[in-house]
Amino acid sequence: MSDFEKKILEFKNRLNSTQDSKEIESIKTDIFSKNGFINSQFKKLGSLSEDEKKTFASNINKAKQELLEIFRSKATEVLDKDLNEKIKKEKIDVTLPEKEFKLGKIHPVSQVIDEISCIFSEIGFSVEEGPDVENDYNNFTALNTPEDHPAKDMHDTFYLDENMKTLLRTHTSPVQVRTMLKGKPPFKIIAPGRTYRSDSDQTHTPMFHQLEGLHIDKNINMGHLKGCLNYFIKEFFEVDKIKMRFRPSHFPFTEPSAEVDIGYRIENNKIIIGEGDKWLEILGCGMVHPNVLKNCKVDSKIYQGFAFGIGIDRLAMLKYGINDLRSFFECDYRWLNYYGFDPLDVPTNYRGLSK
Amino acid sequence: MKFTKDWLDVHLKTNKSEPQIIQRLNSIGLEVEKVEPVKNELSEFIVAKIIKANKHPNADRLKLCDVDIGKKQTLKVVCGAPNARDGLLTIYAPPGSVIPKNGMKLEISKIRGETSYGMLCSESELKLSNESEGIIDLNDRYKTKIGKPFFGEKKGKNVIELSITPNRPDCLGVRGIARDLSASNFGKLKELKKSKIKKNVKHNLKIKIEKNKKQACSIFGSCIIKNIKNTESPGWLKNRILALGLRPISAVVDITNYVMFDLNRPLHAYDLDKIKNKITVRNSKKGESFKALDNKNYTLSENMCVISDDEGVLGLGGIIGGERSGTEIHTKNILLESAYFDPSITRKTAKKLDLNSDAKFRFERGVDPQSVTAGLDTAVELILEICGGEVSKFDVQQTKKFKDLEIKFDPKMVSKTVGTNINSNEIKKILSNLGFIIKSKEKFLNVKVPSWRPDIFGEIDLVEEVIRIIGFEKIKSIEPEKKRTKPTLNFFQKHFHLVQRSVASKGYLETITWSFTDEKINSKFRENLESVKIVNPISSDLNVLRNSLYPNLIFYLEKNLNRGFGDQALFEIGPIFTGKKPGQQKTIICGIKKQFIDEENSLKNKDLIDVFHIKKDLVQTLIELGIEKDEFKIEDNTPSYYHPGISGSVVSKDGNFVIGYFGALHPKIISNTFGFEIILEDLVDYKSKNIKTKESLTFSDYQKSDRDFAFLVNKETRAQNLIDVIKKIEKDLIKDVKIFDVYEGENIPSDKKSIALKVTIQSDHKTLNESDLTNISKKIVSTVEEKTGAKLRS
Repeated sequence: MSDFEKKILEFKNRLNSTQDSKEIESIKTDIFSKNGFINSQFKKLGSLSEDEKKTFASNINKAKQELLEIFRSKATEVLDKDLNEKIKKEKIDVTLPEKEFKLGKIHPVSQVIDEISCIFSEIGFSVEEGPDVENDYNNFTALNTPEDHPAKDMHDTFYLDENMKTLLRTHTSPVQVRTMLKGKPPFKIIAPGRTYRSDSDQTHTPMFHQLEGLHIDKNINMGHLKGCLNYFIKEFFEVDKIKMRFRPSHFPFTEPSAEVDIGYRIENNKIIIGEGDKWLEILGCGMVHPNVLKNCKVDSKIYQGFAFGIGIDRLAMLKYGINDLRSFFECDYRWLNYYGFDPLDVPTNYRGLSK
Repeated sequence: MKFTKDWLDVHLKTNKSEPQIIQRLNSIGLEVEKVEPVKNELSEFIVAKIIKANKHPNADRLKLCDVDIGKKQTLKVVCGAPNARDGLLTIYAPPGSVIPKNGMKLEISKIRGETSYGMLCSESELKLSNESEGIIDLNDRYKTKIGKPFFGEKKGKNVIELSITPNRPDCLGVRGIARDLSASNFGKLKELKKSKIKKNVKHNLKIKIEKNKKQACSIFGSCIIKNIKNTESPGWLKNRILALGLRPISAVVDITNYVMFDLNRPLHAYDLDKIKNKITVRNSKKGESFKALDNKNYTLSENMCVISDDEGVLGLGGIIGGERSGTEIHTKNILLESAYFDPSITRKTAKKLDLNSDAKFRFERGVDPQSVTAGLDTAVELILEICGGEVSKFDVQQTKKFKDLEIKFDPKMVSKTVGTNINSNEIKKILSNLGFIIKSKEKFLNVKVPSWRPDIFGEIDLVEEVIRIIGFEKIKSIEPEKKRTKPTLNFFQKHFHLVQRSVASKGYLETITWSFTDEKINSKFRENLESVKIVNPISSDLNVLRNSLYPNLIFYLEKNLNRGFGDQALFEIGPIFTGKKPGQQKTIICGIKKQFIDEENSLKNKDLIDVFHIKKDLVQTLIELGIEKDEFKIEDNTPSYYHPGISGSVVSKDGNFVIGYFGALHPKIISNTFGFEIILEDLVDYKSKNIKTKESLTFSDYQKSDRDFAFLVNKETRAQNLIDVIKKIEKDLIKDVKIFDVYEGENIPSDKKSIALKVTIQSDHKTLNESDLTNISKKIVSTVEEKTGAKLRS
């Protein structure tokens, strides 16, 4: 065995016997680096004859190839072994808390407003708004509620001046007046918003939310009103069937006027809408009074239609099983988290109202 | 309005049951609010048994009895009767009950140091006899009745309470309710009995309605009844009065009340002998005063309608009588008044005096002016029957004629309004059953409105009458058409919707707080806005409209802190008020964030929030709303409620619009809390004026190079300035400028800071070579040095 072959054998043994990645690196340097064994052998070529040169060069290359292969497989083997050992040591307790994040929420009233808008959008209503501060004319007079009429007693009004001319709107109905005065019929709008009455107890808060609806056109009658509300209630509560009853009532701005009750029953302390023999009042409505149309410069000989007013908070309570109206406005961290909605949960008519 | 079925039977001949009637009342617009058993004033007295009559520890004559009243536990009752003994069956009166003998209301009380829950009664105390020696000794028959009312339970009789809408004064009388029911095919309205009483006495009291401006009284009918024997009312009358929730007083008073609730016809009885000389109905003079039947003194202002005699005010017309001329149990001669007072004037007077009465409630809604004599007739009949006496002829002073309104009515209006065909004969039948008098004239009906219906003015009112009696369930429902001609939301509303969810998606909880707040807290946020006071606030700490969303948000944030929630992010979107005129309001979205510093939580303390977190929330929201980053800039002038050194404002590129603010709130208001506000109207306005159509996207594929620079600048220099200057140098080549380090301290003069920037340079047309890049770099350095006074750090 030549020295060359001995040396090769020695390298092979060294490579085969090691399990240490550093050792492998050092062997690699010894063999393959600029001044390593292989290069040193190539340098010898110059002093050899052409024949010897050929044979020796081929031997070197063969040995190089051989060593390279052993080195590669050994390197992979050791690397794998090292990585496996490392992984073994890298066990993390993943039950430790994730990085902190905060989920934001949408208030149930906002969510319900979006749901309602979505439903009415489908049948061609658009959204209108009006100011929270109103004058006495828009809030009462234009709506056929005369000065010194007992009907005014139904509204405990917050006033902003001693003459009782400026006030916080007691209902969203003044938006009807504003809408009709600034445009031309037909009108087909809903108007959600804040409303105010100086009333505060278990079931009343000084501020609450209403939704006004108004549809005026040439031939809109109470049949349309019934159909519209029936559609709305069914869609809103996401049920196939709804029990609904119209009771005659009185609002100065509609005639005939009605209050609408929906049927329900209680099961395991939960309200089930649409079935049962109990009745729950949920909204007021009627045909817009000709005097209101007149006050709003709409010709009541040509145009007629309906209006309705819905308590938004109450609908939210019913749909989402919230018991206390006052809790809507108390901003309790736990309540907001519990009853609030994911901001990505946008009610749409192709995906549906609720998740 | 309350009544009982047997009272209804006085006016209505019907074979319908009470539940049927209740259902029908609801369906014709007379809403039934409550149905509950008639309260019997004696039903509270209960048969009881003394289990043990113990000696009272502190009084020899008293006993402390253990009493069985049919409940699980016995009660302790102190009793002084000598016959109280173990096993005695007697009658127990609970706390709250009223002893018939003396009208005393029982309370839980301590007698010589021992608490007594109620009382054991003697026969005289219950007015059974005069026996007052000991407590009632019941025989063994009552053994089985322990716990039951001694006077028996009157089952089956209910008080039906209606919530009558303000347009229907006629149904504030039982007869009106009966009429409505009869019109809806629920029986027949009985005719009122014709009075056969002889009116022999002379009406010798002079009565005059003065001609005054805005005189509320236009009819004053009256009669005199002499030689009556006022007494306690008979049982049937007492029961009706009790059913109304009133207290029986005397026959005369009970009868006037009865007629008021029976016919919606308020009456007033005066003690004739207490009236001085004559009666004048006139407007009050300023400062006149009188003591009313509610035992209160009222001082009147000018022009309130008073009934007066020569001595002064007797009563307020249509509202309340006076004490001076009130009837008493020994009253012999009376004057009975049946008048008409104007609704609006009566209401104004009562409102001014803050006075409520059943009469006022009726007059302000409208009493039938034609019911003056019918009311007198009914009352006279009853008074004579119960109290005896002789009656005078009726005297009716009237200054105004009431003419029944006639309406030309096209019956087709009904079908047109309700959308379902209603037969004209049915319309006529319903209206005439309701008391309307109808004459047909070709296509039209001539409809005369009955005097008791002040709510009927025009055709539409008649439509309502017809349809409410027919029932809304007869109207055919028409499915809505699924068609949209106008967008649902306008430009502003879309942004409202978007910003609400955009902020919520950054971890903020949406709240809704009152639009009003505490003036004291509000003043810290008011800046130069007008304080808008509420004249009649619900409470003194909610007395102004808010000028900012912060006062309420901070209030509730602190409440949650007290509940133990340290980390919070809340927001609200809603109005603030800039003045008290309609429309002087703006929509603000305001977020507030507080982090609870927990020294022990090392995981969390690596990630504390600072002003740049809140700035990020605001800027990201703006970008999500479609305001690009190069369309706004940051300034550092903010309202006084922000920390002056740690807050900023977002303004439009041209500086004309303030879009919002952000920063640490002023430490004097709340510590370690950050917030931001966006003025939505201004933002949307700005955006709508700067709508850009999106150009088609192009990007350069040529090599991109980054060059880093560090400049030494004065401490006050704002980083944004450097960015602005650099961005303007070669707009086509400088694609981005990013700050990656700000440094103050060692190796830097104390009044300077170092700002390190990375500038991204790229051409759209070629690959830049080394000399191009060198040229731009030089230009950047020279321009920045020249324009900002900065020096390149070497």
